[in-house]
Amino acid sequence: MIYKAGSGHPGGSLSATEILVALYFEILEENDRFFLSNGHVCPALYAVMAEKGLISKDDLGTYTELGSALQGHPERTKLKDIMNTSGPLGLGLAQAAGYAAIKKDSFVFCMTSDGEHDEGNHWEAVNFAAKYNLGNLIQFVDRNKIQIEGTVEEIMPLGNLKEKYEASDWNVIEIDGHNFSEILSAVEKAKTLKDSPCVILASTIFGKGVSFMEGNPDWHAKAPTDEEYKKAIEEINQNG
Amino acid sequence: MDKDTKLKSVRDGFGEALVEIGEKNKDVVVLTADLADSTRVKEFAEKFPDRFFQVGVAEQSLVTVAAGMAEAGKIPFTTSYAVFSPGRTFEQIKVTVALNDLPVKIIGAHAGFGASMYGATHESLEDIALMRVIPNMVVVSPCDFEEAKKATVAVAENGKPSYLRLARQDTEVITKKEDRFEVGKVNVLRYGEKPEVAIIGTGPILVEALKAAEELKKVGIDAMVVNCHTIKPIDVEGIVKAARVCGAVVTVEEHQIAGGMGSAIAEVLAKNFPVPIEFVGVKDSFGESAKSWEELWEKFGLKSKNIEEAVRKVITRKRT
Repeated sequence: MIYKAGSGHPGGSLSATEILVALYFEILEENDRFFLSNGHVCPALYAVMAEKGLISKDDLGTYTELGSALQGHPERTKLKDIMNTSGPLGLGLAQAAGYAAIKKDSFVFCMTSDGEHDEGNHWEAVNFAAKYNLGNLIQFVDRNKIQIEGTVEEIMPLGNLKEKYEASDWNVIEIDGHNFSEILSAVEKAKTLKDSPCVILASTIFGKGVSFMEGNPDWHAKAPTDEEYKKAIEEINQNG
Repeated sequence: MDKDTKLKSVRDGFGEALVEIGEKNKDVVVLTADLADSTRVKEFAEKFPDRFFQVGVAEQSLVTVAAGMAEAGKIPFTTSYAVFSPGRTFEQIKVTVALNDLPVKIIGAHAGFGASMYGATHESLEDIALMRVIPNMVVVSPCDFEEAKKATVAVAENGKPSYLRLARQDTEVITKKEDRFEVGKVNVLRYGEKPEVAIIGTGPILVEALKAAEELKKVGIDAMVVNCHTIKPIDVEGIVKAARVCGAVVTVEEHQIAGGMGSAIAEVLAKNFPVPIEFVGVKDSFGESAKSWEELWEKFGLKSKNIEEAVRKVITRKRT
């Protein structure tokens, strides 16, 4: 998708893939809802939605094209199966929290990136969710440790995220974000924690599965060349 | 003004109507950023505690949490001072409310010079401009207590992202309960007999426009006064009609001239029926502290005498 479009965000898309697959194929039940906050990883979202049959696989080739439902950042009015328009960072958790405060009978999931934890709006939502005891709110943090211009540690260190969330009266579960059984068991546990919201800190690898992208901030927003594309697909296929 | 004229505020009209709507429509929820009392939602909070959310001094969360609630089927009213929301929350409003086309209501209180004692940081003179450039957004600026009540009910029911601009100060109630109010349609407050100029204003400053029209009458100048309470969608037909009848327009607002109601009217007339226009408003400057908003209306040239001067100017331009 990113190769064909000539633009997009491969690093974050690859770090978030397993969580998105788990959400769409195993976790989300009929009344549950999912808010993607770090909308720039939408190539992964669109691919998972196509695999699930929510959008046509043929449409994937239209990503970012004029008139496509698959916008460069996801848009709710153009793609009906998503909950929220996203892309500008730090907004998704608050929208998920607002929804969760009203729909107490459903589980509301949200994915955020670690980079967007720089945003004040995000932490305002952290406080809101704790104050209103949103035990039905479950947040995945794609902790890939990379943001646009470098590592999270260089650009704006987040300190100890686990302790920060705990100090804000959130439940915290730490997992390997590429391990399906860890993702699923974390969600099972989070669902039992009914008095306060839960964050699943998912340690991931930016650009996972493509050796030359892994951990390299240059691949935040860049399309591969013909040669890079070929090599990346070979590596992903090899790793199965 | 008569000694016994009753002064009431736009924000009180809002607060009263909100409670009435809350009783009728259980989907109405209210969120505030630590300003329940001064934005007049305290009564709603006391009557409907389950539908009231205090988000703290966190305007960004105020708007984005409300967007999530609207996604869940609610009609959220979010209240803060206009300088903070929409002042601080422009992007949240654009992306999570307007681009999602959700019926979140942005209530900008203390708009204009009403918070005069707090100085420039708390005086919102840019909010109309900010909100009227966003697609899907409805922008309403009621002129008095009665109109605020009607405007509150109207935006609650319109199913659209909406901005409601509220003044803090107690001012003369110039509309009546039985007056027609329709979002997107101007109201003529004073027809005149053979008006030479249409004074088109928005918000409580219309009191000054009416005063100016009375003064002008004494010197033989007949003026129509038009209440443009809805800035978006703008009433093209009503504005063109006023311009056609009068042949000259003066716009009046407690807001920057740049980007405000006057600009919206100039856009309409430039395209449809060009006539000479003069603008009364704040001329590209910040506000400042004063004991009362009236001192600032004086200092920034928003009084009836300033409107009269603009009328004379525009009539001269029309005649030459």
